Amino acid sequence: MDQLQEIVAKALAAINACDDEAKIEEIRLEYFSKKGYFTEQMKSLGKLSPEERPKVGAEINKAKQAVLTALNEKKSNMEQAALTKKLMSEKIDITLPGRTAEVGTLHPVTKTIMRIRELFADMGFQVVEGPEIEDTFHNFDALNIPANHPARSDHDTFYFNPDLVLRTQTSGVQIRVMEKQQPPIRMISPGRVYRPDYDMTHSPMFHQVEGLLIDRDIHFTDLKGILYDFLLNFFEEDLEIRFRPSFFPFTEPSAEVDVKGKNGKWLEVLGCGMVHPQVLISAGVDPEVYSGFAFGLGVERFAMLRYGVNDLRAFFENDVRFLKQFK
Amino acid sequence: MRFSKSWIDEWVDTGISADQLSDIITMAGLEVDTVEKVAGDFDHVVVGLVAECADHPNSDHLHVTKVDIGNGELLDIVCGAPNCRKGLKVCVSLVGAHLPGGLEIKPTKLRGEPSNGMLCSFKELGVDLPSNGIIELPEDAPLGMDIREYFGWNDSSVEVDLTANRADCLSIIGLAREISVLTGKPYKMPEFTRAKATLSDTFPINIHDFKACPKYYGRVFRGLNVKAQTPMWMQEKLRRCGLRSVDPIVDVTNYVMLELGQPLHSFDLDKLKGSLNIRFANEGEKMVLLSGQEAALTPDTLIIADENGPQAMAGIYGGINSGVSETTANVLLECAYFAPDAIKGRAREYGLATDASHRFERGIDYNIQELACERATQLLLDICGGEAGEIIRVESADNLPKPKSISLSMKLVNRVIGNNIVNADQVFKILNDLGIETRKVADDQFESVSPSWRIDIEIAEDLIEEVARIYGYNNIPNLPPQAGLRMIKSSMTDLPLDRIKSTLVNRDYNEVVTYSFVQEDKMKVAFPDVAPIIVPKPITAEMNAMRVSLLPGLLDVVAYNNSRQQNRVRIFESGLKFIPEQGAEFGIRQVPVLAGAVSGLANDEQWAVSNRNVDFYDIKGDLEAVLGLTQQSERFSFVPCNIPALHPGQSARILLDGNEVGFIGLVHPTVQKAYGVKFKTFIFEIEQSAILKTLIPEYKPLSKFQANRRDIAVLVDKNIPAADIINEIKVVNCHQISKVCLFDLYEGDNIDMAKKSLAISMILQDNNKTLEDSEINALVDKVVDTLKNKFGAALRD
Repeated sequence: MDQLQEIVAKALAAINACDDEAKIEEIRLEYFSKKGYFTEQMKSLGKLSPEERPKVGAEINKAKQAVLTALNEKKSNMEQAALTKKLMSEKIDITLPGRTAEVGTLHPVTKTIMRIRELFADMGFQVVEGPEIEDTFHNFDALNIPANHPARSDHDTFYFNPDLVLRTQTSGVQIRVMEKQQPPIRMISPGRVYRPDYDMTHSPMFHQVEGLLIDRDIHFTDLKGILYDFLLNFFEEDLEIRFRPSFFPFTEPSAEVDVKGKNGKWLEVLGCGMVHPQVLISAGVDPEVYSGFAFGLGVERFAMLRYGVNDLRAFFENDVRFLKQFK
Repeated sequence: MRFSKSWIDEWVDTGISADQLSDIITMAGLEVDTVEKVAGDFDHVVVGLVAECADHPNSDHLHVTKVDIGNGELLDIVCGAPNCRKGLKVCVSLVGAHLPGGLEIKPTKLRGEPSNGMLCSFKELGVDLPSNGIIELPEDAPLGMDIREYFGWNDSSVEVDLTANRADCLSIIGLAREISVLTGKPYKMPEFTRAKATLSDTFPINIHDFKACPKYYGRVFRGLNVKAQTPMWMQEKLRRCGLRSVDPIVDVTNYVMLELGQPLHSFDLDKLKGSLNIRFANEGEKMVLLSGQEAALTPDTLIIADENGPQAMAGIYGGINSGVSETTANVLLECAYFAPDAIKGRAREYGLATDASHRFERGIDYNIQELACERATQLLLDICGGEAGEIIRVESADNLPKPKSISLSMKLVNRVIGNNIVNADQVFKILNDLGIETRKVADDQFESVSPSWRIDIEIAEDLIEEVARIYGYNNIPNLPPQAGLRMIKSSMTDLPLDRIKSTLVNRDYNEVVTYSFVQEDKMKVAFPDVAPIIVPKPITAEMNAMRVSLLPGLLDVVAYNNSRQQNRVRIFESGLKFIPEQGAEFGIRQVPVLAGAVSGLANDEQWAVSNRNVDFYDIKGDLEAVLGLTQQSERFSFVPCNIPALHPGQSARILLDGNEVGFIGLVHPTVQKAYGVKFKTFIFEIEQSAILKTLIPEYKPLSKFQANRRDIAVLVDKNIPAADIINEIKVVNCHQISKVCLFDLYEGDNIDMAKKSLAISMILQDNNKTLEDSEINALVDKVVDTLKNKFGAALRD
């Protein structure tokens, strides 16, 4: 039995000293193949008496297990080392940028309209669009804008003929909606509008969003309530806001709304008012039963304020380096 | 309207600063644009008398003076102004004075003579008045008086941006009335004594159209001295309201216009012949204006004519023939009420917007003519001497606007402003304070009468606006609207444009917004067959036609970016194109379309990607991704086309169920050149109506049985569209061929020059069983046979 101990010690030493996988296999064969040491030992058990057999067998097994464990452990260690070595050889520079898959951008005007639309849609305002080439009835007459009003002159309006214009405002969509639908009406209408002004602060085409709410018992207090909420929500800031009396032929009373800028100056951001009874009549809505408010805002101004854009022209130059800023 | 704060103070003593006043009136609807000082910042400038004035011994233009400032000693001051002379009352800046621009006056010597102060011009004091040498003060200017106090220069000039309905505030009287209500301080008109008519002269005046001119007052003046000096106080008031002094007659008419809002006109009486006739111009009539410019009159222009023809455009501009000149002594003063409708728009058409037309077209007080005429008379006679005749009155009361009676109920007040925000007493007080005579006819019911200066007030809502305005918009609470909750109808089959846009954005497109009007000539290169809608008065020549496609705008953007070193451009736009079409509303189809363009490199430059230029299949893939969102791509087809905008060999019409809905392809080199685009550019445009509907997905069970892949390679003629072959394979057995994929295309060596080789994979699978080899082979054979029969395809080994 001392011999067995010696064998185990010898095997363990060989395993320990081994440094490649082929040699490990040789050792395995030496001890565990059909003619290997332990197989021979197990065969020799037969020569022992039945009393001795279990004891010796157990010792052989123990020795065998010890060698096998060491063998497997060594093998696993060597495999692990080999894998580690292989993986290290596959190292890459993870600081290199990923394969290009740039994402494009929406135009800041679109993003602004989407934001406004979302805020009002959440309150049940339906989005409606109207034609950009519009007749003077919807663009002027129905909005109570009298003949000879300066806004009707061809200095302020693009005419195709005396009855057909490029719309100067989205307010005409109010009329188109009311013509088709009796109140209650809650709608907003974003879109392009056109006026013959072209300089640093004017573009002959720009965007407006028109809003309209017509129902029973709608008051000026409601108009104020909704626009305060809108402005605070849009700018996400505790802005100072003021409602200033103004004049539009299609609303009565009318107001302009100013917000206080960071420079302490008031800046006009939208026009609004209670829909003029004549406008309701023009569109077939009974002003004795219904009342409502309307508002209109210039999208570019909101976009400029929101994004800090200081040049209106940038919106229409479409320099991709500008556009790419609006992910 | 620009006004002087201190002029207002004469009418209503508010005791508040110009800034405070500006805030108050802005919040009442009279929006103040600017508040400016009427003189520069300076101090220690007083009234002095040039007691002695001698030539400077060492200068050919300087004067050596001794100036008395009333404190008993004479100041030595050297002065270079040519009008410096003994006995002149002057403005003296004393030693220690600070003048505009940072100048400080110190005792000094000028060419050896001591100088302890400076005699000032208007310019040196930052005052915008004609500055010919030093200021010459009237003889009665009190010695030693601070000059700011003497001129009232601690005043502000306030520019208010009035809305079109507030013509009443285009005058000091109107502003004072408003400010009185807002501040609760009484207003009163400064008193003046009406001059006596001492002449019996009159002049014949005939109104031909009383509707256009309901009232025309005239007055004859004789012996006026047009060379008299307009008093400094009047010049100053005019200046602070933005008007320059011209001559005393013009100054007086301007003054009364500012004070009372009544524009006046003065004719040189000696140049008028026969009678004055107020009538519309005849076709072909002309007149030379005071400015010297000749105007061809249109028949909708109201004019004042004598026997020699037109002498003035009523309410707009005077004529040169009868205008007041340096030699005028006798004058016919006009003080009229012209109906706004007879004036509106005309001045602008002639490019002659004047202070008078501005007021008449908005509507002046129709009762103020008598007062204005008397006021002007008194001022003219005070300043120019002379005598006046009786007022000549021609009028038709029936044609003048009338006070409107308006019923107002608290019910309506509550409905418009909000429930129980203002009470009946407040309504009553505000309206009466504003001069809108209002009486209570029941507890919650009023009858109001609009005053002659507020022709904008017509209906009850106008009164409510007045109440809300004076009550203060910002005192009205903000409340959430109460309205029934109603769900907005919508359908899952609506494919939102936003979804389509984000698909393009996710594929690295940048959205653009281009003008809807483009340059006709350039657009014609791409679309010679479509006559666009022309913009008759375009803002620039580059924007003279409505776009018939988004292509021109997109190419302009590509070119713009190319010229800024951008060699990879991927853009899209959504918007209307405008196609003339009979039967459409207004004869124009306004079609919402979506268009995209890719140009230059396919990828951003990068280490891991070998770059190349974009090609047709790049943009087609992007468009197909969009079409895929409709869940019915198979309804779309691409057919080769020949449209001038695109390369004839690399372009297609997009069809939906066989109907054309758009195009796609390489921009034609001629078009590319016309737009100055540097690189090959591919473009698509599709009508939004074709893509804004999708299908609600309908579940199909997944087959539990094995799928088999079989690949075939077929040789076909080059000109056979691959899509036809793919579609044909699907038709062979759409139940068992679940997917067909063209995975390789080869043309070139080893095969017939006229042929191409298509390598196609088919996934074969049945929903109900595992396909046997024999079935699979039969299916493949059937496919090959079909292709052979239909397209003459040969199986490639």
